[in-house]
Amino acid sequence: MLEIKDLHVKLADEDREILKGLTLTIPKGEVHAIMGPNGSGKSTLAYVLAGRDGYEVTSGDILWDGESILEMEPEERAAKGVFLAFQYPMEIPGVAGFTFLRTAVNAVRKARGLPELSTPDFMKFVKAKAERLNINTDMLKRPVNVGFSGGEKKRAEILQMEVLEPTLCVLDETDSGLDIDALRIVSDGVNSMRSPERAMLVITHYQRLLNHIVPDRVHVMVDGKIRKSGDASLAKELEKSGYAEYQSKAA
Amino acid sequence: MPAVQETIEQVRKIDVDQYKYGFETKIDTVKAPKGLSEDIVRFISEKKGEPAWMLEWRLEAYRRWVNMTEPTWAKVDYPKIDFNDLYYYAAPKSTEGPKSLDEVDPELLATYEKLGIPLREREVLAGVQGARVAVDAVFDSVSVVTTFKDELKKAGVIFCSMSEAVREHPELIKKYLGSVVPQGDNFYAALNAAVFSDGSFVYVPEGVRCPMELSTYFRINEKQTGQFERTLIIAEKGSYVSYLEGCTAPMRDEHQLHAAVVELIALDDAEIKYSTVQNWYPGDKNGKGGIYNFVTKRGDCRGDRSKISWTQVETGSAITWKYPSCILRGNESRGEFYSIAVSNGWQQVDSGTKMIHLGKNSSSRIISKGIAAGHSQNTYRGLVSAHRKATGARNFTNCDSLLIGDKCGAHTVPYIEAKNNTAHFEHEATTSKISDDTLFYCRQRGLSQEEAVALVVNGFVRDVLQQLPMEFMAETQKLIGISLEGSVG
Repeated sequence: MLEIKDLHVKLADEDREILKGLTLTIPKGEVHAIMGPNGSGKSTLAYVLAGRDGYEVTSGDILWDGESILEMEPEERAAKGVFLAFQYPMEIPGVAGFTFLRTAVNAVRKARGLPELSTPDFMKFVKAKAERLNINTDMLKRPVNVGFSGGEKKRAEILQMEVLEPTLCVLDETDSGLDIDALRIVSDGVNSMRSPERAMLVITHYQRLLNHIVPDRVHVMVDGKIRKSGDASLAKELEKSGYAEYQSKAA
Repeated sequence: MPAVQETIEQVRKIDVDQYKYGFETKIDTVKAPKGLSEDIVRFISEKKGEPAWMLEWRLEAYRRWVNMTEPTWAKVDYPKIDFNDLYYYAAPKSTEGPKSLDEVDPELLATYEKLGIPLREREVLAGVQGARVAVDAVFDSVSVVTTFKDELKKAGVIFCSMSEAVREHPELIKKYLGSVVPQGDNFYAALNAAVFSDGSFVYVPEGVRCPMELSTYFRINEKQTGQFERTLIIAEKGSYVSYLEGCTAPMRDEHQLHAAVVELIALDDAEIKYSTVQNWYPGDKNGKGGIYNFVTKRGDCRGDRSKISWTQVETGSAITWKYPSCILRGNESRGEFYSIAVSNGWQQVDSGTKMIHLGKNSSSRIISKGIAAGHSQNTYRGLVSAHRKATGARNFTNCDSLLIGDKCGAHTVPYIEAKNNTAHFEHEATTSKISDDTLFYCRQRGLSQEEAVALVVNGFVRDVLQQLPMEFMAETQKLIGISLEGSVG
């Protein structure tokens, strides 16, 4: 279970608070969605969960499986099962996708006390995962994300997520810049990964993604705080009414 | 703390003292008295039982050298070297002319084992995918043993120490020695010509494809000695040879001098591929000690359609001053230079190449990847020139630099001269930093900071890595990782 308790976060080198007492609980087996306008702190939340530098947690806590992860390095969190699908995945020139994934899988396996996979075993493992997601592994022969279209980048993120077998998946605006076909592939991937062992947090701007990934809970985030929570119908409501009412409340 | 900031912190703490190859082998040595004079040159020549013509050649070099001054144009900074405070010759006592491995000092063999050199034939045979490597190992100043000599002989290939070549193949030495790098070429080349103690000699006859990779391992062991090896490779018409040299040195407080000369000659349709993995001791975290590496390497594409390819991986030395070059004399000849230069701590690298186009339609390609970390300075210096008669000459140059931290520097100094209007030269250069975002991305996928840096750097140098002989690729990737270990967590 993911428990975020009264979390206050400011930028490390600036006196600006971004998350202002955010509280959120996601039990395993559930998919939650966070919706909110630009600048409400959604991406900050994703980065803080993954342990990116540049933010300072001034109070509150984040527990994963009952254990605080605030002091952990990003790679330790990854080993604990935390995965972040990036809004803007980074390019790594000269490093083939296969090499990157194999290095990552083996690093995570090592940290989890599992034996490393040999190259042939790894290839089989990845191919099976890719097939399940209906993703062509040809793109793994190319350098990581270099020259990828927006859709390819997001598909690669979903494949990485599948291969690394995380237990907490955070998807940061995974739908941005996707056409309808790519959106379906990404959503199918996410849906196929739903499991009682896994908690998922989908961060999005628009309701359209939630037509494909139907969340158990929807939270409205404005100005660094959850302003309202409800079931999937809340997303539809937001589509009509927008965030204006919450923004005025926050102000 | 942002990752790059953290990296910088780590670099301050850098511990290059943990230099993996820093051990000293205790072996009795025969040294020449300190300092340099005509008498020392005579001493060395006599020790090696050289003929009179060889001594004359050395003395001529010495006489030129005394009137020369050290070059100062490179972007490196070091206290003046007292050339009279060095030993110019040191030979392990027990290895004057070993006949077989059994006669070699066991401690010496143990040294090579520590270095992981596949000196023993059975180790070589047990190597990766049946890869076969003949090794000529140069310990301080003399060549200790050459493996696989017999098998090479069958193919007609001569692979032996320079001393042996002077004795056994005087006609080849007289014809080719100094024909690419003359005695008075530059300060360090002249010094080398006067006092060179050993090195490797390779001769590949017409039409022969050398049946195995040839390899030389250099190691400086004795205190305050200079190592002045001299390598000469001749590829006759239509022949092919691939040669790899590796270098290490034990840790020393004082600086050690290494001034080698390598000459390559490729005749019509011949090809020479020369690879170097240089891992001399780089000095400690305060910049104390370390090798001064002043090397002259030059290849002469003397014949039409000949090809010379230099590949270098430079991770060691306190100071590197090295420009493996090609004289593209033959029509349609081709020169290549692939380089990875990694600097960390207080290392200073000034390296690059010269492509001198003299032949018609000659072509050249330069791919240089510099990686600077710590307080190091990493300079690429290159010359591409086309002679008036070198019509249709082509060059492509790509120089990329990668910075890790904010105390290091990367510099690119290209010189381009075209004396005819049909030459076609292209030059590309980039400088980048490993971004915090990239490191975070990798770490989010489970890689440690160190693994992330190694991955990104290996991606950065990939084009060059691919040029190395297969069996050395993995090793080199590891070496690059080790060299940058101090630069991150």
